Amino acid sequence: MEANTRSTGRLPAAFLTPGSSSFMDFLGEHSPELLPGNRPLPPVQGAIEAPHGTTIVAVTFPGGVVLAGDRRATMGNVIAQRDIEKVFPADEYSAVGIAGTAGIAVEMVKLFQLELEHFEKVEGTVLSLEGKANRLSTMIRGNLGMAMQGLAVVPLFAGWDVDREKGRIFSYDVTGGRSEERGYAVTGSGSMFARGALKKLYREDLSEEQAATAVLQALYDAADDDSATGGPDLARRIFPIITSITEDGFRRFGEDEVAELARAIHERRLEEPDGPRAALL
Amino acid sequence: MTTPFYVSPQQAMADRAEYARKGIARGRSVVVLQYADGIVFVAENPSRALHKVSEIYDRIAFAAVGKYNEFENLRIGGVRYADLRGYTYDREDVTARGLANVYAQTLGTIFSSAAEKPYEVELIVAEVGEGPEDDQIYRLPHDGSIVDEHGSVAVGGNADQISSYLDQHHRDGLTLAEALKLAVDSLSRDNNGGERSLTAEQLEVAVLDRTRPQKRKFKRVLGRQLSRLLEPEEGAAGSESETESSGTEESDG
Repeated sequence: MEANTRSTGRLPAAFLTPGSSSFMDFLGEHSPELLPGNRPLPPVQGAIEAPHGTTIVAVTFPGGVVLAGDRRATMGNVIAQRDIEKVFPADEYSAVGIAGTAGIAVEMVKLFQLELEHFEKVEGTVLSLEGKANRLSTMIRGNLGMAMQGLAVVPLFAGWDVDREKGRIFSYDVTGGRSEERGYAVTGSGSMFARGALKKLYREDLSEEQAATAVLQALYDAADDDSATGGPDLARRIFPIITSITEDGFRRFGEDEVAELARAIHERRLEEPDGPRAALL
Repeated sequence: MTTPFYVSPQQAMADRAEYARKGIARGRSVVVLQYADGIVFVAENPSRALHKVSEIYDRIAFAAVGKYNEFENLRIGGVRYADLRGYTYDREDVTARGLANVYAQTLGTIFSSAAEKPYEVELIVAEVGEGPEDDQIYRLPHDGSIVDEHGSVAVGGNADQISSYLDQHHRDGLTLAEALKLAVDSLSRDNNGGERSLTAEQLEVAVLDRTRPQKRKFKRVLGRQLSRLLEPEEGAAGSESETESSGTEESDG
């Protein structure tokens, strides 16, 4: 497992063999038991109960992309965690938000971050945004066995494409199928409601702050109609996580920043509980 | 049928050491210095693609002289070791001491195994701490020994002379610009006391900067920023803040 438990303490041959710049490939050869997809599953009847994360939304704007998620994890009809974090930086110019089985998803993100960092250190350059999105595809595909037992992970991947100079969003299905989304994308149990909201709120000329407001509105609507999605918790001061990726790299919105936006939306909703209205025609 | 000549073990080891030392002495030198905000690595290296200084992990960097394919192999082995260890345990559990130990074992085994040719490399593994007193610098010669260094260290062709110059002139609390100038001064002395002048294009410079907000403290100092730091005199002001701008490679914590 770890390097210096073997024989003389020198680096094992696998460490010094030139070859792949992929950490997952290295892990597959040297310690396959550490790869999430390589664990044998005990036969079980039906789905396994484990905490699930819920709604993730992403919106592009001219200078980049905003990725946000609520804070709730549920296990059946119980709220398993109120302040779970489901949006993570993948590297300097990309981020990943996860819906699905929380434990597996967090492990997948950890491995994905490491995969990107490892490539960068070994090769001395960063992967293209498409390359990163494809690596994530491979990882989701590796989880298919678990997904068929109800432990699925379905992420959203968003990043700033340094070559094309724009923010891009990739969504996935449970088999690792990848598709690029235009404008906005959603995943998780509240996604139907969030998508409906974004359909009416999205326009192409949003500023970063407006995009952040739009994703908060969408999460508010998702929490309104989906019991597994958590709305802003004003009493406990738990607010959704909002991140943005622009030319300057990844940034997570400060807690005060999000709190202010969330309060403003909440104030308006006290007057109009269904949120902003779109024109009929 | 011929009987091989008897060679005493002392002689065999001395020959192998001589072989490795000669290989290392052919290359240009690398110097590593502590400064107030971290550790700076300066190598004389005209190539932009083949690095002598590289990142290993959050707070750990690697510098090497000697044969490129051999130290590149060791570097990648080190990155794999660090990433695997950080993945198995936690990022905090990856230390320069552990890595230096693994390198020492590897180099030592290769050096004393008659079946393998000794590596013609000398490595430096450094880790930046919370404060200058927590910084660690390890020098790993070709035979698998470890030397714990403080303040400044040089490896490569002209190492003895450069080290003695650095020992005389290095002090604690240098700014980055001062440390960089001292490093360049030391590198530009050649064997017979003369001086060459080194320009920014001939240098590979990187820092482990403890003031960087990101988890990964390693950063290359390139292009304009490097020329500005190398300018005589007025470079002193604002030299520290410059390293923070323009992160090229990062994941945020």
